[in-house]
Amino acid sequence: MAQFLFEADLHGLLKLDTPIPNAPPARWQRKAKESGPGPSPVGVSPMKPANRCHSSSKTPSKTPGKSGSKIQSTPTKAGGDRYIPNRSTMQMDMATFLLTKENDPFEESPTKKEQQKAWAMNLNGFDVEEAKILRLSGKPQNAPEGYQNNLKVLYSQKMTPGSSRKNSRYIPSMPDRILDAPEIRNDYYLNLIDWSSQNFLAVALDNSVYLWNYASGEIIQLLQMEHPDVYISSVSWIKEGNYLAVGTSSAEVQLWDVQQQKRLRNMTSHCARVGTLSWNSYILSSGARTGHIHHHDVRVAEHHVATLTGHTQEVCGLKWSLDGRYLASGGNDNLVNVWPCTQGGGGDFAPVQTFTQHQGAVKAVAWCPWQMNVLATGGGTSDRHIRIWNVCSGACLSTVDAHSQVCSILWSTNYKEFISGHGFVQNQLVIWKYPTMTKVAELQGHTARILNLTMSPDGTTVASVAADETLRLWRCFEMDPIKKKEKEKANSAKSSIIHQSIR
Amino acid sequence: MAAQQQLGREHQGITLRGSAELVSEFFSYGINSILYQRGIYPPETFTRVQKYGLTLLVTTDPELANYLNNVTEQMKEWLYKCIVQRLVVVISSIESGEVLERWQFDVECDKTAKDDNGPREKSQKAIQDEIRSVIRQITATVTFLPLLESACAFDLLIYTDKDLAVPEKWEESGPQFIANSEEVRLRSFTTTIHKVNTTVAYKKDSVP
Repeated sequence: MAQFLFEADLHGLLKLDTPIPNAPPARWQRKAKESGPGPSPVGVSPMKPANRCHSSSKTPSKTPGKSGSKIQSTPTKAGGDRYIPNRSTMQMDMATFLLTKENDPFEESPTKKEQQKAWAMNLNGFDVEEAKILRLSGKPQNAPEGYQNNLKVLYSQKMTPGSSRKNSRYIPSMPDRILDAPEIRNDYYLNLIDWSSQNFLAVALDNSVYLWNYASGEIIQLLQMEHPDVYISSVSWIKEGNYLAVGTSSAEVQLWDVQQQKRLRNMTSHCARVGTLSWNSYILSSGARTGHIHHHDVRVAEHHVATLTGHTQEVCGLKWSLDGRYLASGGNDNLVNVWPCTQGGGGDFAPVQTFTQHQGAVKAVAWCPWQMNVLATGGGTSDRHIRIWNVCSGACLSTVDAHSQVCSILWSTNYKEFISGHGFVQNQLVIWKYPTMTKVAELQGHTARILNLTMSPDGTTVASVAADETLRLWRCFEMDPIKKKEKEKANSAKSSIIHQSIR
Repeated sequence: MAAQQQLGREHQGITLRGSAELVSEFFSYGINSILYQRGIYPPETFTRVQKYGLTLLVTTDPELANYLNNVTEQMKEWLYKCIVQRLVVVISSIESGEVLERWQFDVECDKTAKDDNGPREKSQKAIQDEIRSVIRQITATVTFLPLLESACAFDLLIYTDKDLAVPEKWEESGPQFIANSEEVRLRSFTTTIHKVNTTVAYKKDSVP
């Protein structure tokens, strides 16, 4: 490549229409420097047409007529001088052309005129004869001094310094375990991992689903799609942990029996890939790329019992509340809809709440386990905020800027906290205290954006899978042994009452 | 407002005045969104409002709001007279004056609307939906537009018919194109009288 640079240099030296680089500054340039960046620098000689050629350089600047285009980059700020302080608003290139073209417009043939018009349209982007451009003079107040564009700060964020207050518990900064997840699809909108109540972690890698037995460490390949182009877009365990629902890119929702490793059902009702699934006892809800949510009753043959149309773009977040009363859905259209479990009067499902405050796709949707009707949602790259809502009143209880794309949120009952998974720049997991919304810890390690989070059945470990093709298990909600005993005692006392009232 | 009442009375009808109002309102919210999303002004100076079924951010800075109001009012008038062709938001670096981004809204006006007096058939909801998708697209562009490294200022250019008398406070200007740009076309919406196409052009990064 060096020879081209040399050639370019030679050409540059031989042509004299650009200022000679590395030349001693001309007298007028030196004067300009001396006078400093004043409002009307006496720098530029009035003879030089200080034009700023902004023609779209897709076409070589071959202006019709003989204009001998002097494309010079202006040495001083606005190319102003004492005669004309501000040249930036002038169409210098137009002016030069009009001045230098020969005065025989009447002798032009009609085709030549057409051609010239086409060139003018091409260069200026509009027909000069027909339109003109106006600009409101008097610039509005610029942003205050020292304001740096937020986005730049955002995307060049370094590690945040640790919180000054000592954490009340020890959270290991390294993952407990790192597993390999080769060929995992790096698609923000899919939900590829889920952890069952029987302690099996299901991971969808492109067109297969693998089950990892946490207790034994054994890996089983549960299924593989027959068609090579079809991939798995979502997985979800039924509450009891014996059936796994699988959504595919061919718009099917399959139900698999894990013990027998057999497919029980193949439910087709969608027209586009099924990116998200959520169970409510025997009802399986699926969200698709069309924005539709279908309810499937898996016990009956006519499984498709309801359709919810509230999203105009892909549904990426879907969660039934723990009491089964509400279904929260988040979509690529930046909306969060909260649906009731029963139909309204007209037989149609209508959302009881719609939240429009997110400025990005909402994939992270999670219900608070210890407070009724509290929902946490997180927005994608354009939004980066986590919001907590009360779905009965519709109020946004709190908002926090996470500075990074939020892919998933999980609540932890052990310590009243929730954890969120993020992407660019740090690809970290952040643990937040609720309701104070302060950061408890940041777990770093992933080298590419986190795609999904899921929690172990005992609530102590969080598994995160990322685009760096690893699955990391973080033991961040480990219970204190003393507290654990207390909790177990409390639970056992409660459980008998529960068994009495709910059969 | 009179236009809103008009639209309410004749359920589905869109009149020329109503259309001009809708489009200039869209421009006002669109420009506010661009200023917020591209970080031209600090995000703390923006507040949320509900519009088109979305939460949009508009500026609270009085000078800026005033400036934008002037433009919107003028646009409304010119849209009513069908002499506006294009609105361009130019984002340029403050020190170098180089144009980094250029948001272009082309307006195609159906001139026959001036003559016939009956309102056109199009529900306001349909127009709102279309406007909503364009505004959402503007928000989503932040994912692919290159970072604006230096502090930037914005400029508003309006392409009008040749024979328009330049009102005071306005001056003629050049197109302020970007040399070596990448262009992306966004969705368009139409009120059956005015059709608005949106494109954004940004400077191609020199470093691959």
